[in-house]
Parts: sequence; structure tokens; C-alpha cells
Amino acid sequence: MEETGRAARFWIQAALLAAVAALAGWLIFTAWTNIGRLPVHFGLDFLSEPAGFSVLQTLIPFDERSTYGRAFVVGLLNTLLVAAIGVAFATIIGFSVGVARLAPNRLLRAVAAGYVELFRNLPLLLILFFFYFGVLRQLPPPRTGFEFGGAFLNNRGLFLPDPQGGGWFLVAALALFAAALVLKSRWRVLAGVGAAGALMAAVAMTHIVWPEPRGLSVFGGLRLIPELMALVAALAIYTAAYIAEIVRAGTQSVARGQGQAAAALGLTGLQAMRFVVLPQALRLVVPPLTSQYLNLTKNSSLAVAIAYPDLVSIFAGTTLAQTGQAVEIMALTMGVYLTLSLATAALLNWQNARMRA
Amino acid sequence: MKRQGILYCALALLFFCAGARAGTLDEVKARGKLNCGVTQGLAGFSSTDASGNWAGLDVDFCRAVAAAIFDDPSKVNFVPLSSKQRFTALQSGEIDVLSRVSTWTMQNDTALGVNFVGVIYHDGQGLMVRKKLEVQSALELSGAEVCTNTGTTTELNIADFFRSRSMPYKIVAFEKSDEALKAYEAERCDVYSTDASSLSAQRVKLAQSEDHVILPDLISKEPLAPAVRQNDPQWESLVRWTLFALINAEELAVTKANADKLSRADAAPGVRRLLGAEGDYGRAIGLDNDWALKAIRAVGNYGEIFDRNLGQQSPLKIDRGLNRLWNNGGILFAPPVR
Repeated sequence: MEETGRAARFWIQAALLAAVAALAGWLIFTAWTNIGRLPVHFGLDFLSEPAGFSVLQTLIPFDERSTYGRAFVVGLLNTLLVAAIGVAFATIIGFSVGVARLAPNRLLRAVAAGYVELFRNLPLLLILFFFYFGVLRQLPPPRTGFEFGGAFLNNRGLFLPDPQGGGWFLVAALALFAAALVLKSRWRVLAGVGAAGALMAAVAMTHIVWPEPRGLSVFGGLRLIPELMALVAALAIYTAAYIAEIVRAGTQSVARGQGQAAAALGLTGLQAMRFVVLPQALRLVVPPLTSQYLNLTKNSSLAVAIAYPDLVSIFAGTTLAQTGQAVEIMALTMGVYLTLSLATAALLNWQNARMRA
Repeated sequence: MKRQGILYCALALLFFCAGARAGTLDEVKARGKLNCGVTQGLAGFSSTDASGNWAGLDVDFCRAVAAAIFDDPSKVNFVPLSSKQRFTALQSGEIDVLSRVSTWTMQNDTALGVNFVGVIYHDGQGLMVRKKLEVQSALELSGAEVCTNTGTTTELNIADFFRSRSMPYKIVAFEKSDEALKAYEAERCDVYSTDASSLSAQRVKLAQSEDHVILPDLISKEPLAPAVRQNDPQWESLVRWTLFALINAEELAVTKANADKLSRADAAPGVRRLLGAEGDYGRAIGLDNDWALKAIRAVGNYGEIFDRNLGQQSPLKIDRGLNRLWNNGGILFAPPVR
């Protein structure tokens, strides 16, 4: 009986799978023939055509002669930039607020709870507009902007002195410093010395390009556009409210005896948190934290509302409007978000598995 | 749960089966309504009033097409579309006519599977700046940052203009024109740019509109034209000749008020042909011979439509400029009905 039941179940499953596969195949076939019937040229050759437009912020050189394919990369890099900075700030703010919600100080607890309730319950787009238009209106125009130590702040953005030249040594210094944190004993010392050396070389080779107010704006230097700052602030502050709750829940789920035992051993409250409670809480925190990182990345597509040139704005916006290749462009854009999300998830799943082992 | 799944499958099938179609005119007649793609709100061209009624030049054009078919200008379904969605909506059959301030360019006309029927408004892209900048001409805008909205020819025109004069610039492109205007108002940009026709309407929205000036330079040609799908020549002719009929009506002094009377009276041969009293012009586009009479009776001639929505009778008070008739100092010229 058991055997026949299993066989029957197998065949039902197989038939269902075949039906689903047939349906999918038929859908793809129909879509394909319908697309073929439309008097529109399909394909990806448009990616090598010159784009003809310019972009407000680019991490790689881009001008009107560059191709749509390069515009795609520019948008992708801008999305990644916002996501990376946003994730970093959201994590810092989120963990601080989450820990503060459990602090012995009642005022601190209340402030943290207020933060979470306020930002978790406001639509992200409103927060974004608030930061963008609210802050933009307060800032003075370039001619009367603030100046401090060679840096300029006005409604065109924050203009910082731009250190140039020693880039690779700086990267090496950072890498060695990171290595020093991970490695042990002799290797740690070696990496530390290397990091210091690389840092000195970087400083020696660097020359600073100072921003300079001229004509209608400020030129030269490293420019942080208001759109980037508003987007990062809104994404980080919004997502941090969720991360704070995740951290609080994770921390509270660690058995109370653990904290009491740490106190009995003479650890201070912060030490107990750092060495006993948080490491255990992290195992619970990482999976939901992953979803928040993914949400932040996907939410960054709201950028188009405030003119930050992200992937959706440049590629699924301007490029789509100019070429009309809607199906290809939307498929590519969805592919990017899917890949980003799956990659982040895979990375954190790996970290999660490692932590549990 | 399972039933829901089946429902979704059925929906997906419907979506993919919708490809095969009869002639557009037969579809419209069977549906009893014309599906017309318009903007999400642009004063003078297509916008809704407080009670949700659509009004504007583009809206009245669709009403004219509906009246030519059904003898009833109210048989239109207006579909508000973003500039990103507009051509896809037309290609996929969601709308029958795209009457949405779309620029007739070679790319739009040839590569997107749509055809433009004729220019309904000759526009150009303009620039607005603060008076305190003391700029007299667009040529003094070197280094400017320009707020505009994305998804139109606007970005490209700005790029072409500054690039061809080797002037540095930055473009700040928003999804919606209202946000672009707000950012300009907050002095995020030195310049706000869009088609000249909507520039004056946008300027009125600014808190201190007298502090801003629209520069005399037009940096592009923007022939705005209604569009239809490429695969139905009869439908294309119907929409094209509705536009020509409205323009010819102005030239022949046929108005909303006198159209009926003229069609019965012993009028000039050109008027009689236009109004279907002579000849057999309606049949070739699948309509009755008095199709133009029905359209003009419903919305008036081109001049009346312009005055009502954009010109002296409207709050915008836009000068007709290039959009005057060819024999009146403009470039508006429609082929004759004969």
C-alpha cells in the first residue's frame, strides 16, 4: 500500500511538473511570436549606439558620445554606490538604536522607541521628499554658501577637497588593515606595519584638488550631490528603524541568564553586550537583516523621484524613452536587481552558515 | 489557494492571446468607445478639472475622432500615460490613438512601430531662469545646472544645445515635471527647461512668478503630433484626416456653430466636400460621408479648439505664433479634402 501510494504520488507530481513546463513553454512561444509580429526591432544592438545625453553623477567617465551600454554601467554603479553607503549607515544607526532600546537609561530607551515608531510608520517616498526638498530649501545658493577649511556647502551639494594620486596605496593600506584585524600574532604585526607604510606612501603621493567657486557654481574637488545625500539619508534612516527592531528582538531572545552570568563574572553592561549577548543574538539577526539589506537596495530605485541618476532613472527611464526597447531594458533591469539580491542573500547565507557551524 | 493559481494562469493566457486583432476601426466600433492616450496632467493639452472632466487640445482631438466615428464626442476613454509608457501602450493595443504632446522625430516615427499623423502643435523647447541672474540669452548659461523631467526629448535637446556650443552644464532629471519645478524653485538649478507651451503654465505655479523670466531662445523644434500603430493604414488615414479636417475647417471658416447650416446650404465646393454634401470621401476611411461634419459640430475647428484650450479664451493666453494658418502668417497647412 505504502509502495503504490508513493508511486501514485510520484506520477501526480511528474504530470503536474510536465503541465507547468508545457504551459511555460507555450507562454514563451506565444510571447515570442507576438513580439515578432510587432513592427519593432528587438535585440540588444542598441546598447552600442551613442546615448547623446549626459548624467549628473558618474563614477566612470561618461559623456554624450558614450554608448547606451556604458549608460547602463553608469546607472548600475550609481545604484551600487547608494546601496553600499546606505547599508553601512543603516547598519550603524540600526544597531545603535536597537541596543539603545534595551538600555538601562529610560530616556535613551524612549528616544530609540520614538525613532523606530516614527520612521517605520512613514512612507519612504515622503521621507525622501522631506530630506530632499526640506534640506535643499534651507541651504543657501552657491554665491552665499558656507565655506569651512576649503570645503563648500550649498544647495548644489557638498564640495570637498579631493585627494588624488595615492589611490592604490590607500586601497592597499585598507586591505592590510583589514587583514591585521583578522590575522593572528606575528602576521597581524606584519600586516599592521605594512598598512602604516602603505598609508604613508599614499599620503606622500597625494596632491589635493581644492574646490573653487566660479561663475554659477563650484568647480573641481570631490562633489557630493544633494540627491545622493538625501537618498542615502532617507534609505539609511528608514531601514535603520527595521534593523533596530531586528537587533532588539535578537538580543531579547538570548536567554536572560547569559547576561546575568556575565554580570556575575564582573563584566560591565557594555562588555556583557559586546562579548556575551550580541554574538549569540547575531545568529538570529543575520537572516532578517539580509532581507533589510535587499529591501534597501531595491528601494534605492525611488531615486528617480529626486533626480538621482540610478539604474532605473538612466536606463529604465531615459534610455527606454529614447530607444523604445521596453522589453529588453526592463528584462535587463530586473535581471540586475535579481542578481544583486541573490548575491547579497548568498553572501549572508554563507556567513550565517559559518556562524552556526 | 489552488483556485487562485488557476485564475492567474487564465489571466496570463488572456494577456498573451490578445495579440491577434481585427481592424482598429472595427474594434473601436465593437467596443463603443475610443481609447485615447493622454498626459497625466498638462494644462492646455490634457488635464482634468475639479469634477474629473478631461479638457485640452489633445483631449479635444480625441473627442473629434470619436465624434467622426460615433457622432458622439463623449465616447472616449482617456488613458493617462507617463512619457515612459506612452509608446508601449500604443504598440500593445491598450490605446487606439496617442494624443499626448509627443514629438514627431525620426526615431519615434520609424523605430517604434508607430506612425505620426500630422502636426497638431508646433512647439520648441524653452528655458526659464531667475531674473537676478541677469541673463539675456541662452548663450550666457555656461556652467548652468538644468532641472527638467526625464523620459522625453528634453534631455537630449539640452545636451545638444550645450555641447554644440562647448558650454559645460549639468542636467538634473526628475521623473515628474512638478518635482523638477520645485527643485528649480529651491534654487537647486539655474535653469528650468521644457517645451515652450508648458513653460508659461509652469511659471504661473511658482510662488514669485515675476522673479522668473522665459528666455527668448527656443533650442529645438518640437512638432507635437498624434500617433497610431503602424499596422493599420485605414485607421491611420481616419485619424490623420480628422486632424486635417479640423485645420481645413478653420481655413474655410466652418465653425462649430455654422457647420450644420453650411452642410445644407449652397456653400463653396470646398466646404461641401469637407462636410460630405459632395463626393464620397468618408467611405475610404470606413465612415459616413458627413464624418467631418460630425467632428466639427462636436468640438469646433482647429482655431476654436486652440483658443478654448491654449489661446485667448484660456488662462494660458498663448500666442498662436507658428500655429497660425499658412495664409495667416503661420505654418499650419493641411492638404485639401478632394
